[in-house]
Amino acid sequence: MGHGAGGALTEEIVRIARAAFSSRYLDAALDSAVLPPTEGRVAFTTDSYVVRPLFFPGGDIGRIAVCGTVNDLAVVGARPRFVSCGLILEEGLSFDSLERVLASMAEAAREAGVEIVTGDTKVVEKGHGDGLYVNTAGIGSVPPGLDLSGSGIEGGDAIIVSGTLGDHAMTVMSLRESLGFESSLRSDAAPLNGLVAALLESGARVRFMRDLTRGGLAAGLHELADLLGASLEIDEDALPARSEVLALSDILGIDVLSMANEGKIVAVVASGDEERALEAMRGHRYGRDAAIVGRVVAAPSLCPRAGGAERAGPRPGADIGAARVRMRTSSGGVRIVARPSGEKLPRIC
Amino acid sequence: MAPAHEAFRDKELLRRLLGSIAEEASRLGPVRLMHVCGTHERSVGRFGLRSLLPRNVRIVAGPGCPVCVCPASDIRAARKLALRPNAMLASFGDMLAVPAPGGSLLDARAEGAEVRVVYSAYDALALARENPGKEVVFFSVGFETTTATTAAVLSSLGQGAKAGTAPHNFSLISSNRVVPPALEALLSPRRGATDEAPAIPAVDGLVLPGHVSVIIGTEPYRPLAERLGIPCAISGFEPVDLARGILDLLKQIGSGRAQVSNVYTRAVLPGGNERARALISEVYDTADATWRGIGRLAGTGLVPKPAYRSFDALAKFEVGTEVGSDDEATGCLCAAVMLGTAESEDCPLFGGPCRPESPAGPCMVSDEGTCRIRYEYGGAR
Repeated sequence: MGHGAGGALTEEIVRIARAAFSSRYLDAALDSAVLPPTEGRVAFTTDSYVVRPLFFPGGDIGRIAVCGTVNDLAVVGARPRFVSCGLILEEGLSFDSLERVLASMAEAAREAGVEIVTGDTKVVEKGHGDGLYVNTAGIGSVPPGLDLSGSGIEGGDAIIVSGTLGDHAMTVMSLRESLGFESSLRSDAAPLNGLVAALLESGARVRFMRDLTRGGLAAGLHELADLLGASLEIDEDALPARSEVLALSDILGIDVLSMANEGKIVAVVASGDEERALEAMRGHRYGRDAAIVGRVVAAPSLCPRAGGAERAGPRPGADIGAARVRMRTSSGGVRIVARPSGEKLPRIC
Repeated sequence: MAPAHEAFRDKELLRRLLGSIAEEASRLGPVRLMHVCGTHERSVGRFGLRSLLPRNVRIVAGPGCPVCVCPASDIRAARKLALRPNAMLASFGDMLAVPAPGGSLLDARAEGAEVRVVYSAYDALALARENPGKEVVFFSVGFETTTATTAAVLSSLGQGAKAGTAPHNFSLISSNRVVPPALEALLSPRRGATDEAPAIPAVDGLVLPGHVSVIIGTEPYRPLAERLGIPCAISGFEPVDLARGILDLLKQIGSGRAQVSNVYTRAVLPGGNERARALISEVYDTADATWRGIGRLAGTGLVPKPAYRSFDALAKFEVGTEVGSDDEATGCLCAAVMLGTAESEDCPLFGGPCRPESPAGPCMVSDEGTCRIRYEYGGAR
């Protein structure tokens, strides 16, 4: 793909996009897509996608761009309807790559039941982009009365994760040349509106949902704790994760809790409804490994478990019991789950 | 939840060991045990082991982070070399963000220097071969474990130099440190006009670093037990390993013994790794060296032997490392944290202005740094 070819190039890209997305709104070729009214409240979201490499086992930047926006809509309880597609192409990107990405976006949109109705492309000079950046925005409709803002959460409510953690992060990380190891991992990139619908239709009282992208479960739990002003406790043994991901995270010294996912959500479900919720999620293809990983803790102090030895008393230092998000470790100890910060690099020893 | 070392995360075994620890501890007064390894602190934090110990048993972190003890003067030298025209500086990711008066290596990168992250000396050597037009300088830090790899690279370069195949554009700054003599110096009463207190306040037992011991074996620690009377246990990094080490120390304390026990026998041989030790003594001489925030310790540094001087970046480019001006940011307690005289949480900067994304001192930068680990997993309680 060259830069500066002007109208002809843009026309060619638009032709490819139209062919891939086959939307009557797109075909209308107006400056804006003019959409029918939606029932209920309108949910509106946008996100930009930057990933290296562009293609990886289990997906590509296009699939992530559609699924990410669909999932942002789904977790507020919206039925995703319409999605936009903004492309920033670096000079030198092959038409073949572009076509693959657009086909993948179309496929993800079909799976999610959304329509890509408007778009834009810009080409930047070589060296000014990582091949391709994608921005998507999405519109969905939220049924009247549905409230997933976290209000009504009580101590004892269950924290449920929809499946194995860290698959996407570890897949992409293992592909990056500097790490130089091969694996059979696949990204979990998936549209989760079907899973969310199944959960909501189960009748379980769902209080809150969030999709677990950058920062992983740790970031999701911190956002929830901040929102509620409550503390959360999870159980390391309950965390769903593939053994390969765990083994690699051990080697690299990267916590699976803070690894990015592209097809996982965390949900808070009222105490007593968790089994019903779990059953509904496990019945969906993207929720087979769903698990209850923890509880909302009402009081800030943690009850010591029964045990022979006298328990730790006050000592100098940070009080783990007062931390917002903490984890009962598989060894039986307790530790803080920190808010993820910055890029994680493998440690040296 | 992790499959890699399942046997050493066995809950039942751990529960029994913790029961024995509680029993031993019930016969003792307050016990202060020190480990000297960032990976040990990480395991203690990650598995929440402090919360499982009896209240009279405290685990304190000592100087166990090679990145943290690397003096600011060496970082300044590395900056200087990185900013030379046509230079490429390579180091471990942790080193790049370590704050130093005059700026970090990341700052140097922002000023236009080419600074690369590598995972070993081999990667740095590969950079030199791939970039024949650049002067590649490897900023080498590490204790014995990491040193062994760097020694292997130096040794092969020495052979290459004889055969005329060694790249002329590779050299290194040797900020490697050796552990046992440093511990001995820091735990000994200082010999001055009058006997002063040791730099590290008395400890009742030492949990010794498994990785380092894989290389050096058990022998170099003997003076700690025999001369200083400190019970020592070489331990691995899984919960069961650490519990075994702690139990062994409590038993030694209870019976008034002091010896070097090895509870990490699946990895540590009494003689260590003979080949690695031979490589290290082939290429390095020991020298006095500065430990950041701690001071100069005799015989704890490693410098390339004269035959390998052509690969010594400081000699090659005639860059000095002026001693002094190792001051930390005002209020930073990194030095006290490394000596076990303060907890990270005692530091007024900890968790406030000093965070992993904006570290005030070296202990908040490295994954081996006590403050960084405490920030991630919680602290002493």
